[in-house]
Amino acid sequence: MEGSREATVSAENNIPEVEKTGRLQRIRQGLAVLFASKVALTGSLIVLFWIFVAIFAPLLTPYGPLDQDWKAPNQGPSKSHILGTDELGRDLWSRLIHGARVVLVILPLSENFWLPGGTAIWGVLAALLVGTTLGLIGGYYGGWLDEIVMRLLDAMMAVPIILLYMLIMSALGASAINVVIAITIVGTPGIARLVRSLTLDIRTREYIRAAETRGESPWYIMFVEILPNARGPIIVDAMLRVGYAIFAMGTLGFLGLGLPPPSPDWGSMVAKGREFILEGSPWAALWPSIAIASLVVGLNLLADGLREESMRYQ
Amino acid sequence: MDQPPASSDLVLDVENFTIAYETRKGDVEAVRNVSFKVKKGETLGLVGESGCGKSTIAFGIVNFLGPNGKITDGRVQFQGEELVGRSEAELKELRGNRIAMVFQDPMQALNPSVRLGEQLAEVLTFHQSISQDEAWQRSIQMLKRVHMPDPDDVMNRYPHQISGGQQQRVVIAMAMLNNPALLIMDEPTTALDVTVEAAVLDLIEDLKNDFQAANIFITHNLGVVARVSDQLCVMYAGQMVEKGPVADIFRNPSHPYTMGLLASVPRLGETKSESILEPIRGRVPPPAERPKDACIFAPRCDYVTEKCREALPGMTAVSSVHEARCIYALDIDTQKRTRKKRKTVDEKEAPEPVEGIGKELLSFKSLKVFYPQESNSVVSLMGLGEKKFVKAVDDVSVRLAKGRTLGVVGESGCGKSTLVKGIIGLEPITEGAIEFLGIDITQTVSARETNLIREMQMVFQNPDSTLNPSYSIGRQIARPIQRFKTVPRNQVKGEVLRLLKAVRLGAHYYDRLPRQLSGGEKQRVGIARALASRPDLIICDEPVSALDVSVQAAVINLLLEIQEMYGSSMIFIAHDLSVVRYFSDDIAVMYLGQIVEIGPAEVIYEPPYHPYTEALLSAVPIPDPDADQKEIRLSGNVPSALNPPSGCRFHTRCPRRKEMLPQEGHICETETPPWQTTEQGHRILCHIALEDLKSVEAVVHTDASAA
Repeated sequence: MEGSREATVSAENNIPEVEKTGRLQRIRQGLAVLFASKVALTGSLIVLFWIFVAIFAPLLTPYGPLDQDWKAPNQGPSKSHILGTDELGRDLWSRLIHGARVVLVILPLSENFWLPGGTAIWGVLAALLVGTTLGLIGGYYGGWLDEIVMRLLDAMMAVPIILLYMLIMSALGASAINVVIAITIVGTPGIARLVRSLTLDIRTREYIRAAETRGESPWYIMFVEILPNARGPIIVDAMLRVGYAIFAMGTLGFLGLGLPPPSPDWGSMVAKGREFILEGSPWAALWPSIAIASLVVGLNLLADGLREESMRYQ
Repeated sequence: MDQPPASSDLVLDVENFTIAYETRKGDVEAVRNVSFKVKKGETLGLVGESGCGKSTIAFGIVNFLGPNGKITDGRVQFQGEELVGRSEAELKELRGNRIAMVFQDPMQALNPSVRLGEQLAEVLTFHQSISQDEAWQRSIQMLKRVHMPDPDDVMNRYPHQISGGQQQRVVIAMAMLNNPALLIMDEPTTALDVTVEAAVLDLIEDLKNDFQAANIFITHNLGVVARVSDQLCVMYAGQMVEKGPVADIFRNPSHPYTMGLLASVPRLGETKSESILEPIRGRVPPPAERPKDACIFAPRCDYVTEKCREALPGMTAVSSVHEARCIYALDIDTQKRTRKKRKTVDEKEAPEPVEGIGKELLSFKSLKVFYPQESNSVVSLMGLGEKKFVKAVDDVSVRLAKGRTLGVVGESGCGKSTLVKGIIGLEPITEGAIEFLGIDITQTVSARETNLIREMQMVFQNPDSTLNPSYSIGRQIARPIQRFKTVPRNQVKGEVLRLLKAVRLGAHYYDRLPRQLSGGEKQRVGIARALASRPDLIICDEPVSALDVSVQAAVINLLLEIQEMYGSSMIFIAHDLSVVRYFSDDIAVMYLGQIVEIGPAEVIYEPPYHPYTEALLSAVPIPDPDADQKEIRLSGNVPSALNPPSGCRFHTRCPRRKEMLPQEGHICETETPPWQTTEQGHRILCHIALEDLKSVEAVVHTDASAA
């Protein structure tokens, strides 16, 4: 009996490492979840459409977003301008997809300098960084530290979101980087709450006690042992938050607190365009509104679909 | 063993019962062609490991299978009526009225926001047309019947205000209120402590005799099933593999799986030096991978032949009432399967002298671990109130020699886990001294030196949470090696593979994720991780209690091998007294934060006993219907550790003091008992004189203890 058991073990040892639980397989599993849910698939198609047009914006239109055509202001869709023009004769398709660029693909720091990654994405990433750290600390340490951090964040959540955005933006001034800062400040409390609640659950698991009995540092436990196991809900939440951020950017643009005027911003496009709705040219206001709505709905569908599908697996 | 019940009315007749669950990959059969009968006043035990379809049968009888479960074949006749195919409304009439169910967790059966009295009375008013007053009175009667202290008061309480054992009594009372013809109990005592369990089992036996209901008792615990059942069905992977009167099956197990189950649990009193546990190799196949045209147990069977893989064996009659699903049921020599004695007893008595064996490794003196009790009153928020402490561990002293194993037993809340947390440094120590390798370690783990930390590692209870689900097995075992620099960096992977081999897992486990492993395999990885730093002391906190019995034996054997190989010392915590006895050299019995009895394992289980140990031993369910066990039942609940009883902490529940001490043991209420020591180094914390304790009769007489 003893001998036979030895034999099976050594036979197993001879098997080359066939099983690849590598990244490839994980990606395949992720895609399987995506394709299993029609809701998530629809959402991701909408989002991918916007990312595609944003990345290739300069190639998809002959017009620049600031080019003005004095002979054709406030026109409806036509062959030369597929979505029409605004009151200065600027091509709406060009402005629309360049607007998507700012949201999803580039973060303009100054006139000539920009970073890859859209303004909304940067805002949410920064909020994730700050919120996750605060949530982990509060949830893992507990006690008075948790109490202080959470009460401060509660105080922030008590201020209405629009008001908070307006306060921050009017204090900092209108620029892309300030929009990122505003999104970060507004997004942090919600993320911190989520991460804290996840941490409170995960820290009771025995592998955390095993790490503690090894004498691991609190930072190792928080970021290496706890955080990866909280990633599912955090990713879903982050997708929803990108939607909120786009919404917020539209609102700020509409109120004149977003990106400075000439740049193609969906919110300010709606604000300008609404003056001409009753004059018979609703296009300038309509397209950016649809753009904001579709992108936010697309992200929501994606997040909801993924959440439901991954829950069903359990 | 019992006479057949006087009236042998058939209550439930299940034939060819097959249940399938719909999944994405199509229908999966969880229960296949199960047939059994239950008579009035008879208990049928359904026993098997997790995933064997026991609970599915219970739910299937009342068609309560959830949205994706369905009965695909067979019939269920309840008092002559067919249940399969009945409408939901008709079944609702039956459930809770003529068929009652009791589940593992009483808190899930009781509504936490409704008073117990209303919940009990509702059962009556829902099914019968009687007045609220009458229902209330009958509920009180029933609570008295289940030996609930102070039933009038309990009626006005909420579920959280009574203890777990009492909750289960209420649920049983609720089930019996409508005098059901059939009572289905699904692991009703699994969540309870052993002394409470014994009392609940007594109650179940008692009620059966009074109400003459037909009972179905589902459990994984062979000891429990031996105590309560008349008939027994052994389930394996959705099929019934053996069926018969309980005594016949325990005396003459005829299916290799039943034999394997019996061989893998230690009997109370057995030790590692005299017998070997025999695990069943492999694991229960998942429902989708069960062959339809072969013996389902063949891959794990020691007697397997080609013939077993050719067709599904039918039930072979062993006697007129006993049958087994094995073509060799009559041929296998069951005598050969009786417990193997360890061959190397003599060699083990004199092991080659490993350096430092017997030297003191760990000692703690008057150790106290208190938790401050948070109070929400305004006074205490302002810091003015008197501070209260939960005295989880109070004045505990132990010495552990190198190479020895100390077993710690006690019911939940006795402080055994807190004690361990204090030693390993996860919980700050309130008072007292601990020395480990001659170094003071009263500080918490964050303040200890790395070299000290590595010498003390831990194996945890729950296989599902012991490993981080995000990382591969290899990486998790490698982490302590890297952290403590056990081997040079370039040899880490080789060391991990060596450890995997030591816990009998192949190299291909290296890249697997925890969710791809079974419970037993995860527990092995947990052991490998604890071994990685090559510690002197391994603390095992209930390492096998969450595992199935056949896997338990393999893990216990592994721990013993490792101890032999590395000469490690161990602290072994468990609530299962048979397992602790089997595994340990020394045993400490804890009650309410204190050690009440400590000594070499062989003497703890023989008189003289501390009265608490005696009660514990008499409550242990023994997997042998013929075992002769004394019946001592503790009254009341474990008192609060916030305000422990004065004098001897056990005096509120002690069954011995009134008969064995003058003045009905008045001294126990006022004075702290002294430590009394026998010549074997056996120490008991009790006022009763050693001579008197020695005169007590031994609790258990089994073949094992006689041998």
